[in-house]
Amino acid sequence: MDLIGAVGKNQFALTTVNAVVNWARLSALWPMTFGLACCAIEMMATGASRFDWDRLGLIPRATPRQSDLMIVAGTVTHKMAIRIKTLYEQMPEPKYVISMGSCANNGGPYWQYGYHVVKGVDQIIPVDVYVPGCPPRPEALLYGIMALQDRIREKSLLDDPRPERTIAAGAA
Amino acid sequence: MGGLGAEAIVERLVSGLGLGEGDFDTDLAAADPWVRIPGERLVEAAQILKADPDLAFDTLHCLSGVDWPKDDPPAVEVVYHLFSLAKKHWIVLKTRVPREGGCLPTLENVWKAANWHERECYDLFGVRFEGHSDHRRILLPADWPGHPLLRDWEWPETWHKIPVKPGRQMTDRAEKGQMTGVGPFD
Repeated sequence: MDLIGAVGKNQFALTTVNAVVNWARLSALWPMTFGLACCAIEMMATGASRFDWDRLGLIPRATPRQSDLMIVAGTVTHKMAIRIKTLYEQMPEPKYVISMGSCANNGGPYWQYGYHVVKGVDQIIPVDVYVPGCPPRPEALLYGIMALQDRIREKSLLDDPRPERTIAAGAA
Repeated sequence: MGGLGAEAIVERLVSGLGLGEGDFDTDLAAADPWVRIPGERLVEAAQILKADPDLAFDTLHCLSGVDWPKDDPPAVEVVYHLFSLAKKHWIVLKTRVPREGGCLPTLENVWKAANWHERECYDLFGVRFEGHSDHRRILLPADWPGHPLLRDWEWPETWHKIPVKPGRQMTDRAEKGQMTGVGPFD
């Protein structure tokens, strides 16, 4: 921690509120236990011992009320889309979304003929980080998580808590 | 062990139903030999196929729909793939219903597996199954417009305000120079 330095004998810390808050937020991203398709298998592998996302402070929570990260891992069908939106709205602020894999990014293999698939989860909820792949390897998801941590590190408490994120065309 | 040949199965079924020469259609040389019977004899045929100890079709392997919009008259064909675990033989049973308002008797009382398969056939082709115990869509949302595997089904623009048709959002994003690639690959 470059910003928090022990000063003198009494070991008090000198830092900014921003740095501490951002550090706390990015160090304990609790994702919602939530998988939609084959990407969820890679997500589980990311959580298991070989890749172990607990190293980055990720602990899956079984309810949206305790989560601040939604990893949309898999194909978003229209039937599921309205449920995803509900789950997203149930999460407390601040909340972040990682779109994992081609299906969640833009419909993937269902782009042209998949009448039942939403053409990207960003049509219904704002997305912070897109992870490409079909499915992405666990390394790619970890990279996406670290990219999100970098984004959080740059945030300021004075920012609008609901900044304009990427495209939310047609959001209901 | 060895089951009956397709010819003997069709022969047994047709004589059991008392169908005349023009009442059914069959192709025994097909990869999966099939017999097409009128829809009103479907339950009877299914009962014969299951109950006859030499036929013993105890498994409904698959139930599919096929849309034939250019045929005269236009029809949806419902195809039943049947297998006998006891006799190890196969037969395909087909029947046709009109594309608009087509209706068949349910076979869930003969083969329980028909329950979900018929719901799927209704979901995607709009064929109704009379007497079905739970006649709902199985895959698509309950308020989905139409039956998408019919050839003339048209995509809605939106469903619950979510665009259904593929848009330009990825292209737009790329043209704006926004980076969407995150990962060790870019």
